[in-house]
Amino acid sequence: MRLLNRSAGRLSRHRRGPLAGLAVVLLGLLLTGGLYTVFSPAQAGSAASSEEQIAQGRQLFLVSCSFCHGQNGEGMRTQEGDGDQTQLGPSLVGVGAAAVDFQVSTGRMPMARPGAQAPRKPETFSEDEVAALAAYVASLGPGPAIPDESDYSIDGLSDEERQQAITNGGQIFLTNCTACHNFEGSGGAMPRGGYAPQIRGVEPRFIYEALLTGPQNMPNFSNGNLSPDEKRDVIAYLGSLEDMPDYGGFGLGGLGPVPEGLAAWVLGIGSLVGAAVWIAAHTTRSTKKKVDA
Amino acid sequence: MDTTKVAKTNATTAATAQKPNRAGAVAGWADERLGLATAMKKNLRKVFPDHWSFMLGEIALWSFVVLLLTGVFLTLWFTPSMGEVQYNGSYDQLRGIHMSEAYASSLRLSFDVRGGLLMRQMHHWAAMLFVASMMVHLLRVWFTGAYRKPRELNWVIGCLLLILGTLEGFTGYSLPDDLLSGTGIRAADGFVKATPVVGTYMSFFMFGGEFPGESIIPRLYIVHVLLIPGLLLALIGAHMLLLVYHKHTQWPGPGRTEKNVVGFPMLPVYAAKAGGFFFIVFGVTALMGALLTINPVWKYGPYDPSKVTAGSQPDWYMGWPDGALRIMPGLETHIWGITISWNVMLPILILPVVMFTILLLLPFLDAWITGDKRDHHLLERPRNAPTRTALMVALMTMYGLFWIAGGNDIIAIKLHASINQITYFLRVAVFVGPVIAFVVTRRWCISLQRKDNDTLLHGYETGIIMRSAEGGYTERHLPLPASRAYSMAARDRDPVLDGHDVDEVDANGIPAPTGGRLAALRHRLRTVWYADNVQKPTPAELEEGHHHAEHEHELQAPVEGHAADGHQFDGHHLVEDEHLRSH
Repeated sequence: MRLLNRSAGRLSRHRRGPLAGLAVVLLGLLLTGGLYTVFSPAQAGSAASSEEQIAQGRQLFLVSCSFCHGQNGEGMRTQEGDGDQTQLGPSLVGVGAAAVDFQVSTGRMPMARPGAQAPRKPETFSEDEVAALAAYVASLGPGPAIPDESDYSIDGLSDEERQQAITNGGQIFLTNCTACHNFEGSGGAMPRGGYAPQIRGVEPRFIYEALLTGPQNMPNFSNGNLSPDEKRDVIAYLGSLEDMPDYGGFGLGGLGPVPEGLAAWVLGIGSLVGAAVWIAAHTTRSTKKKVDA
Repeated sequence: MDTTKVAKTNATTAATAQKPNRAGAVAGWADERLGLATAMKKNLRKVFPDHWSFMLGEIALWSFVVLLLTGVFLTLWFTPSMGEVQYNGSYDQLRGIHMSEAYASSLRLSFDVRGGLLMRQMHHWAAMLFVASMMVHLLRVWFTGAYRKPRELNWVIGCLLLILGTLEGFTGYSLPDDLLSGTGIRAADGFVKATPVVGTYMSFFMFGGEFPGESIIPRLYIVHVLLIPGLLLALIGAHMLLLVYHKHTQWPGPGRTEKNVVGFPMLPVYAAKAGGFFFIVFGVTALMGALLTINPVWKYGPYDPSKVTAGSQPDWYMGWPDGALRIMPGLETHIWGITISWNVMLPILILPVVMFTILLLLPFLDAWITGDKRDHHLLERPRNAPTRTALMVALMTMYGLFWIAGGNDIIAIKLHASINQITYFLRVAVFVGPVIAFVVTRRWCISLQRKDNDTLLHGYETGIIMRSAEGGYTERHLPLPASRAYSMAARDRDPVLDGHDVDEVDANGIPAPTGGRLAALRHRLRTVWYADNVQKPTPAELEEGHHHAEHEHELQAPVEGHAADGHQFDGHHLVEDEHLRSH
């Protein structure tokens, strides 16, 4: 302690020296910079690698995406007009990294061909390549970033909060999502060959990104519309449906009364008519005992 | 001779019956007080003919019994009330949510009452099977001509049962007050409101105020558990009494005439068969209830007019008007400040009423066109009434196409089609499809009639190819067994259509049409009804056919000694003991 006091005293003697101000500023700068490198998100790790990533993303973009989205992501219109119907690829300025991560990681982009809907298919890019593409598109204009797992996970919550989140999410889901995606997320039809895809068994990250960015026909649920907590709750509810046992037995695809009617006719009436044929085919045989006189 | 059962007697004392066994004693006790023996003597031995298609109505009867049994169980726990409560049961995802008592008690039945979910699912599956089996039964009755005099009224009762069963299903579908059933009631509200002028008044009357109000669930409940089941029971009773009174129809065959019924007695044969069939129906329903989810109300959540789910469909029996609604173009008329919603009124209010009226009137229409006023207890094969068969197939085609329209969204996502294109296709197909089905079925029936005649005249094809000495090839035909030939030929000849039923002749021998336009129309319809039908061969034709066959046999006589199915003549087999393959 004495040693500390003594050295502090020695330092203190120079506090009004000509170089003292400069030394304090340097020290402060070093400390802030050091702290920033420790706590800042990994993505922004170093300015140099981020630039490299964007450059790599641009290369990938030019090869795989620019045909429809334009060489600078400005979008492309067909010659016939400039309405939405005739748009080949929308502008990607401001769609954000979340949109790229959703579209490319689920294999929806790049599209095999233009059509009513980009279907989910095996993805074409590795995780690093998706990240590079996302970084490039994010660099075109500000947009929603790729969500972190803490945004959509309920692991950190207490049991009671978790229960509350699931119940709340169920009500939000039934109000906002079931009209297109069906009551248990089995999907539904949209006009002209489009469809709301099945969202049972979809990774939480993609559901969160879809809510943020509103891909294809889906409306955009901005944070002002559905708060991040509410988005998390919807994902929690969908997860709870998957964890839940099938109380009623085989679910028939979770599509409502149409498959139920099909089952009633094919399995029910089919087997009962079969039984009727069987009963009618087995007629009685009377075995009369011979009675002796 | 067996004399053990004869009472012992001698000439001087009265005969004494043997002491009856225990069952006999009970029966005797009951008979002395209730007079059962007289009532039962005839009916216990009542004869029913045997054919699988006669048991289709039984499926409906037994599924109705299952409905009564499971339904009673459900009423013990269901609360038909729209009073708001907070759910605190064992289904996690909805705990704490406010909902109606009806929905809360449905959840309680599903999760907290032992066996409740099984009973709910059995009840729902049995309801689907009840209506489906009634329809299958109706088709059988139509295709075999069993609806003809004297059974027209039983057809009408059957049709009433069908529509009551449908209404009963709809009210039951609406009771749990989940999102799906609430959407159904909302749709029904819309249908009622589409009635011109009085629509809104009727809706207010139905709901006791603005939708949804507080009264609809209790009202539907009493309709579902008392009113319609009572009517159904009464009509089922009448249906079966008439069945006993008319006696069951039978297929023609040796010994089977319009005046008798050939079959087995009720006791013990049909008691065992029908009783056994009840357990099969119960078993199938129980299996489906245990293994297949139906109407998972917990996933739909409580009804809330601001919510809706994709795949909101009625149960299958309401699917066809729903389909008509889905493909109907959006026609509306605005007149004097009133909107007439043709887009809802035509497919939902008018079409089902028209179709149901046609269905009710079919037997009378048939009798009017054919002019047939005789009693019929022998059935007809569908091919022997081509126009009748084709008419029902056309109606079935229309029904099926409307059905497809009712599931257009599910078909679109499962078969990767565009819902718009399905709709456009069906808008045309519901009109063109039945016509195509009618023509194809009718020609198909007539071809089958022709084939029957060929078989009667020339025998059946044995598959044996004979080579004559000259090197010509013929297929060997053999005459049908007598009983089969009889059954095949036991049908009425169509009436001769020479126009005499329309045109009377006046005093000078000049044709003078009497019946007016209606009679002329009837004559035209009757001509179409029987047109191109093939008549069964006359006795002379049959005689000639047999002569021809005998002549052919003579020609084939050289190989007659080597009776065989043909393959034995490859030179590697002994053929002495071979017998010709019989039919």
